Amino acid sequence: MAIVATVATVFIPSLLRKLTGGKDRTTACGATVREIIEDLERQFPGFRDRVIENGDLTGSIAISVNGEISTEGLHETVPDESEIHFVPAIGGG
Amino acid sequence: MAAQQEHKFKVIGTRPIRHDGADKVTGRAQYGADIDLAGLLHGKTLRSPHAHANIKSIDTSAAEALPGVKSVLTAQDFPNIGPGMAAMGELPVNPQHMSLNCIARDKVLYDGHVVAAVAATSPHIAEEALKLIKVDYEVLPHVQNVMDAMNDDAPILLPGLGKGDDGEPKDTNVANHVQFERGDIAAGFAAAEVVVEREFDTSMVHQGYIEPHNSVAQYSSDGQSTIWVSTQGAFTARDQTAMVLDMPASKIKVIPAEIGGGFGGKIPVYFEPISLMLSKKTGKPVKMVMSRAEVLKATGPTPGSHIKVKMGADKDGKITAAEVWMAYEAGGFPGSPVGAGCMTVITPYDIENLKIDGYDVLVNKPKTAAYRAPGSTNASMGSETVIDELAEKLGIDSLEFRRINGAKEGTAQPAGPKFGQIGYLETVEAAKTSDHFKSELPQVEGRRVGRGVASGFWFNAGFQSSATVAINSDGTANVVTGSTDIGGTRTSCAMIAAEVLGLTAEEVHPVVADTESIGHTDMTGGSRVTFATGTAVYEAAQDVLSQLKERAAKSWKVEADKVTFQDGVFTCTANGNESMTLKELSGKLPRTGGPVTGRASVNPRGVGPAFATHVVDVAVDEETGKVDILRYTAVQDVGTAIHPSYVEGQMQGGVAQGIGWALNEEYVYGDDGRMQNAGFLDYRMPTCLDLPMIETVLVEVPNPGHPVGVRGVGEVPIIPPPAAIANAIYSATGVRMADLPMSPPRLCKAILEKNG
Repeated sequence: MAIVATVATVFIPSLLRKLTGGKDRTTACGATVREIIEDLERQFPGFRDRVIENGDLTGSIAISVNGEISTEGLHETVPDESEIHFVPAIGGG
Repeated sequence: MAAQQEHKFKVIGTRPIRHDGADKVTGRAQYGADIDLAGLLHGKTLRSPHAHANIKSIDTSAAEALPGVKSVLTAQDFPNIGPGMAAMGELPVNPQHMSLNCIARDKVLYDGHVVAAVAATSPHIAEEALKLIKVDYEVLPHVQNVMDAMNDDAPILLPGLGKGDDGEPKDTNVANHVQFERGDIAAGFAAAEVVVEREFDTSMVHQGYIEPHNSVAQYSSDGQSTIWVSTQGAFTARDQTAMVLDMPASKIKVIPAEIGGGFGGKIPVYFEPISLMLSKKTGKPVKMVMSRAEVLKATGPTPGSHIKVKMGADKDGKITAAEVWMAYEAGGFPGSPVGAGCMTVITPYDIENLKIDGYDVLVNKPKTAAYRAPGSTNASMGSETVIDELAEKLGIDSLEFRRINGAKEGTAQPAGPKFGQIGYLETVEAAKTSDHFKSELPQVEGRRVGRGVASGFWFNAGFQSSATVAINSDGTANVVTGSTDIGGTRTSCAMIAAEVLGLTAEEVHPVVADTESIGHTDMTGGSRVTFATGTAVYEAAQDVLSQLKERAAKSWKVEADKVTFQDGVFTCTANGNESMTLKELSGKLPRTGGPVTGRASVNPRGVGPAFATHVVDVAVDEETGKVDILRYTAVQDVGTAIHPSYVEGQMQGGVAQGIGWALNEEYVYGDDGRMQNAGFLDYRMPTCLDLPMIETVLVEVPNPGHPVGVRGVGEVPIIPPPAAIANAIYSATGVRMADLPMSPPRLCKAILEKNG
């Protein structure tokens, strides 16, 4: 079976743009959020440690895939041509 | 006002009497403080009188010797929880901070911080015992203002909180920095015809729920424990208590009592771990109930803040750039809602060039908690008054200015993600065409009158929920959920099940279960229950329906796909259209396979955000600075209104709280760092005498991400009131207020300054 690469557009949080040389967006390959972050780490060393802690997404961060906040964290499936944002994890009153 | 959507539903959209109504109006409902058990002891806490101090020693010997005292605890009796974050539901928590907020170990961080607890045979003996506890404090300098707390020479609350460039711990009170930035902000401002830049200060305020915090705990010798508590989340209370006491969550059963309001303030635990530890020490059940002063001083209000807003717009009224800087009081431990403030502050608008910075700052005040759209109301006080000023300077009607810039499907939020189907522009249009906005401004003799508008956004939450639906032999149904019912969600869940099963709302009996009787369910908060728990109920009811079709098929000796269901009637399409009502089938269940129970556990996607636009008329007494609300209309995109009366109630409640925040409510601290107004005589909340009937306009833009179109409705209505009232005050007096509350002394001073 042929392996199809999933390419997503990742919007870089402004406080992490030091790692990307000021780029506010990039493309990354991966079928899940975890794979996308691994690709970002390859492109921008140090990126992973800013968003992953103890093997899971840092508690203060949520992932938005195509406008929908992920309910499956690093396991979230990333469809091809997705838009990915890192946003603060928020509850409510 | 009646809902505007053409409903396809039979139950949804109607207004049945709430299932818990009779119990509540007759006094039968059991609240936490009503719980009584054999051998019950009473717990009380000793609290710090200092805003910031090291605890050098605590001598409890005299208190322990008092007859009737059964146990005295300090932090030394609790597990010493180490640093680090833990997951709770989908949100992170810091168990160490949670523990230290329940009972201080080495230092106290705010006036009212618990330092010791007593269990005795009566509350009076427990109070007497507190007086016998000797605490030796080393009083430290305190800081209670975010701007002061961010200075390099500020007193440090939690040493080593930050991280330096070298990766080593660094002393700072800034716990977190959130930033969103996109576009070219300098070019945006350069393209502006008009730029407005203002600074705002808002005060710490409390949710003001009627029922104080309480907890009754019973520790059993077999290691199993039970807690009866007024909480927004039984599972949340269980998990937090387990973290503080370093015990397995499965060893604790939490039975949620009825709740007399929460608004976010009853998500954290305070007395739950202490009462359970006292019960463990004494072998008896222990009840603890806070006084109002304890609630105000030492539970979780929402932060005061300092906010800077700069916005520019071109001559056509299009916003060209926005820059927002916000610092929020976290209280004694990190965790203010500044992230939510950043995510909501200018979100109703489509802005290409923006920069938003938010800082979470420790101050010597109680650790803040969620409060109805946490972080948004104070943020929007800044942005929505600047929007008003921009519109005025450009000579554009304020609502038209919002229409020009309003977010719609596909608009990128400041945080980045694009909106799906939303109804912001519909709220602006409905406000424009409302009877209120079209009416003449009423005149009041001797007063200056004015009208203001403002908008608000709240993203709403999903999170985890579970539900079961069981069919009774008489054809009725029981719905069991784990969601504390604060705003009528028992009934909304029952109505969703009734809609699916072709029953009336009264034929469905909703129950809120304890932590051992239903699957995990996150807290009631984030306007999520009717959305997420409602989804679980919908799916559980569909599960029931599927099973019932199979039973009907069995009766008719056909395949299940030959059975249809409509309006409570099963019909066999294969045997000459035989039919059977759900009630008739329910009686046959024992002979067709036994009971039918549907279940669902969900973590749903498809959360639908909420928008609101409000209109308010005020009358200002320029001599006293008193503001009267003459008329108030709240317009809101509510998705599908399951029970319109409850939706209206949520909107009216949110507005009432927002008016209190706008005009009177504030935490007042003395130079000694102690709260000066810890009671409802001095902490001035609005009463029915202060408010007109709040008019509501429900705009129903169904949420495509929910089976019946539900959006959360409970939080967004608190956001616009302060800004709308500030804009109305400007309209009346020509004074732009920048601080909350806009209390008579503040407004009077501003008017005098304007008039020279």
